Amino acid sequence: MSDNFDVPAPLEGVGGWLDDRFHGARGFRVLMRKVFPDHWSFMLGEIALWSFVILLLSGTFLSLFFVPSMTDVVYHGSYVKLDGIRMSEAYQSTVSISFDVRGGLLMRQIHHWAADLFMASLIIHMLRVFFTGAYRKPREVNWLIGVGLFTLGLLEGLFGYSLPDDQLSGAGLRIFEGVLQGIPIVGTYLAFFLFGGGFPGNDIVPRMYVLHVLLIPGLLLGLITAHLFIMFHQKHTQMPAKGNTEKNVRGQPFFPYFLAKGGAWFFFIFAALVLLATFAEINPIWLYGPYTPVAISSASQPDFYMGILEGSLRMMPAWEINGFGHTLSLSVLIPAAVPLGIIFGGAAIWPFFEQWATGDRSFHNINDRPRNAPMRTGIGVAAVVFYGVLWAEGANDVIADKLQIPLYTITWISRVLVFVGPAAAFFVTKRICLALQRQDKETLLHGYESGIIRQLPNGEFIEVHRPVNEEARAVLEAKTVPALMPAPGSEDENGLPAPSSRGALGKVRARANRAFAETIVVETNGHGNGHEVGNGHGAAVEAGQAGEQASVGSAAAGQLPAGENPADSPGSGI
Amino acid sequence: MSDKEETEGSEGPVAPRRVIGTPPPTPRLLGSTAVAEGGHGGQVSDETGRGEHIGGEIPTHPVDEAHAKRVEKIVAACFIFAFISGCGFIAAYVGFEVGSNRLGAGDSVVDAALRSNLALGTSLAVTLIALGLGALLWVRHLMPDVEVVEERHELRSDPKDRQAFEQYFKEGASNSQFVKRPLVRRTLMLGTLPLLAAPVVLLRDLGPLPGTSLRHTVWSPGRRLLVFGTDTPITSAEFSVPGSAITIVPEGYADDADALTKATVTLIKFRPGELDIPTTMTGSTLIGTMNWTVDNIVAYSRICTHVGCPVGLYEQTTHHLLCPCHQSTFNAAKGAEVIFGPAPRPLPQLPITVDAQGYLVAKSDFTQPVGPSFWERG
Repeated sequence: MSDNFDVPAPLEGVGGWLDDRFHGARGFRVLMRKVFPDHWSFMLGEIALWSFVILLLSGTFLSLFFVPSMTDVVYHGSYVKLDGIRMSEAYQSTVSISFDVRGGLLMRQIHHWAADLFMASLIIHMLRVFFTGAYRKPREVNWLIGVGLFTLGLLEGLFGYSLPDDQLSGAGLRIFEGVLQGIPIVGTYLAFFLFGGGFPGNDIVPRMYVLHVLLIPGLLLGLITAHLFIMFHQKHTQMPAKGNTEKNVRGQPFFPYFLAKGGAWFFFIFAALVLLATFAEINPIWLYGPYTPVAISSASQPDFYMGILEGSLRMMPAWEINGFGHTLSLSVLIPAAVPLGIIFGGAAIWPFFEQWATGDRSFHNINDRPRNAPMRTGIGVAAVVFYGVLWAEGANDVIADKLQIPLYTITWISRVLVFVGPAAAFFVTKRICLALQRQDKETLLHGYESGIIRQLPNGEFIEVHRPVNEEARAVLEAKTVPALMPAPGSEDENGLPAPSSRGALGKVRARANRAFAETIVVETNGHGNGHEVGNGHGAAVEAGQAGEQASVGSAAAGQLPAGENPADSPGSGI
Repeated sequence: MSDKEETEGSEGPVAPRRVIGTPPPTPRLLGSTAVAEGGHGGQVSDETGRGEHIGGEIPTHPVDEAHAKRVEKIVAACFIFAFISGCGFIAAYVGFEVGSNRLGAGDSVVDAALRSNLALGTSLAVTLIALGLGALLWVRHLMPDVEVVEERHELRSDPKDRQAFEQYFKEGASNSQFVKRPLVRRTLMLGTLPLLAAPVVLLRDLGPLPGTSLRHTVWSPGRRLLVFGTDTPITSAEFSVPGSAITIVPEGYADDADALTKATVTLIKFRPGELDIPTTMTGSTLIGTMNWTVDNIVAYSRICTHVGCPVGLYEQTTHHLLCPCHQSTFNAAKGAEVIFGPAPRPLPQLPITVDAQGYLVAKSDFTQPVGPSFWERG
């Protein structure tokens, strides 16, 4: 290390010490210099990461006091309202953590809030990655790891909040067992093996405990580590901006900048969770009472991330097939498997589907602005609406109570909305994206409205438009236009269909390709001719739906040459 | 935090936003060998051949020492505040007792827990916020503002390396004779097959086989109906108010959660003429009839046929039984037929009668499986 720096004497030799032992001079330096782009949306994943750290810390504390046992005891502890009540040791120890251990209530509430924040930030982080296209090549594997983390997080949460063996979570566990039983052929066996016999048995709490504190956290930790290492190795994506290219990454180095910022962020997230744990009561299990299969209360909602499952169970009509001495319980199987199957399965195959449909196999380090990928953004918003309807239906009794709408009406609305909502959301979102693209194009070609009205010598009033500055231009121009495949059913001069559009699958692909390629092409005089000429495949350029003039252009046609003066471009396309 | 948020729609050309008073960077940074001063930063190549820019916008004006001094004091104040608050946390731990063992006789345990929670949480939160704030001010106002532009190395290796890698893999695969000697390959697969099944086999003892246990409950002829909570038997005369509904548990199993999961029953009293249970058969098995009632008292399984929640809500005027979990609704007056919701079949009816002492007892077990559907139910 060099002179001229203010470094305390004891730290002078750190670099040498590490290098002597680990040959780390180059490696550690690269590590310290790792560049972190500065964009607010990049902090969402960090929320999940820091929540996970806080979960590990608070969970370790709780495990010191929690007794994972279903042995029956009669309570004679601090909380007099439960005096003389039969309960499991698990429930008793949870009450004890809340009332007899200093800081126990705080830790319990931090742990629960952190779990909710973990799942919430995970979802929002995934939405960010989806809508900006940050999952594209070469980052598909990290996206899949993310989907895996989400799935494991659901299970981890379910097992975690079921551990106290209270009335609310016990009801949830019973539902879980009922769903397991519904699985064809193996369902009853799965349920009996997991619960060690009939419900509730004496085994489920210790078994969930080991899954919750050892197996699943271990998997989560491994996957999170892999997630971070891959991110580190592949480097961050970055949002389009002046100076950002596919070949560079701009930002501040890890040491000392991101270290300090990340540390501050950790403190803030921790503080937010502590404030929630201090002032917002969560899961007051002493009010719910110990689990008994006899009792139930209305407004039994699980934690928010399980709401989609609860909602789909509530929404489902009573379908069941009986025959050949067997029962196929569709009213359980469909809600348990289909919605999450669509969300998780769809998320997992999406990057590969998009590659297949667009034919885009190139590397992407610059993210898309959501508006510049109308198909993806539309599908994403449709998925959000789909999830949202199912999620809201999970609280239909609460909604019915608060809004004074009949319960069945809400269920019927949601039954319709779960199909209509996503379709409408897709259509509207796509339109909005294209409209925003058109606005971008206007800005790019004619500048922005300055608000200055000028009178021309002939008496005419015009508003002065100012050209956009370089920073804004870099953002507006950062749009890649998907390459077109041959149109569905197109043939060459010999009447042979194009190889890629052959067969049913080829037709689907060509259609998907059209849908992905719908965009607003920015044309400038002397350059933009994608509209008329097409794209070398000789494919006809399609217009968008219903009077929409969105055009489809080739990759080359979509790019506006840098530095061209937009002020006198006629904007021939629209 | 960002120097380069999207500036779309901003009014006119703007300089890159800087935090007011951010001191300029020191001229040499992070072990780099050279830095060009001025507006564009310098291109540096290190020994890895990786080019890098340092400082896209390094200002040339000198460090604003006065501002730095001021911020330094604020940061220090934050950290001192964190120290004090952290001490407060320890004091709160020591000072606020919880639990009936350590509290005085008249003290409320709940109040004590909430008091401790408030003190611990507030002091901890303040400590964390102060630390975070201090760190943030530090990095944004005291550290020189640098921006590094790092070249990405191509993920794709040199074609020669790729080829060599593929070559080596093929060579290795070929040397292993895995393809050439199918006998070895197939017997290997055969050999590992039982091992793959081993984990599943090992899990067998996790629980008993279901057998027919889902088809039966602990109800048997003559077993008395006990009122849940008091665990006392009941006569039809004691249960005489029309419209009332109570929860029933089987005698001898009032505290057995496993038994109650299937055997809990809702007992409902109707006005004469209101109750009209159609005689229903499944195959040759009778599953619902007026003959299983006593004095307009009917007993239905309390376990929802959807996924097994207790059907806990009863509305007298409509005779509707509602499951609060997923809102399956049953008409209690008409054999608990399903009116709404995901439940696929009515709640099973428990045949009841009275014993010699006049107490309500079961005539038999349920004649069909209670609770949620399962594959073997049929």
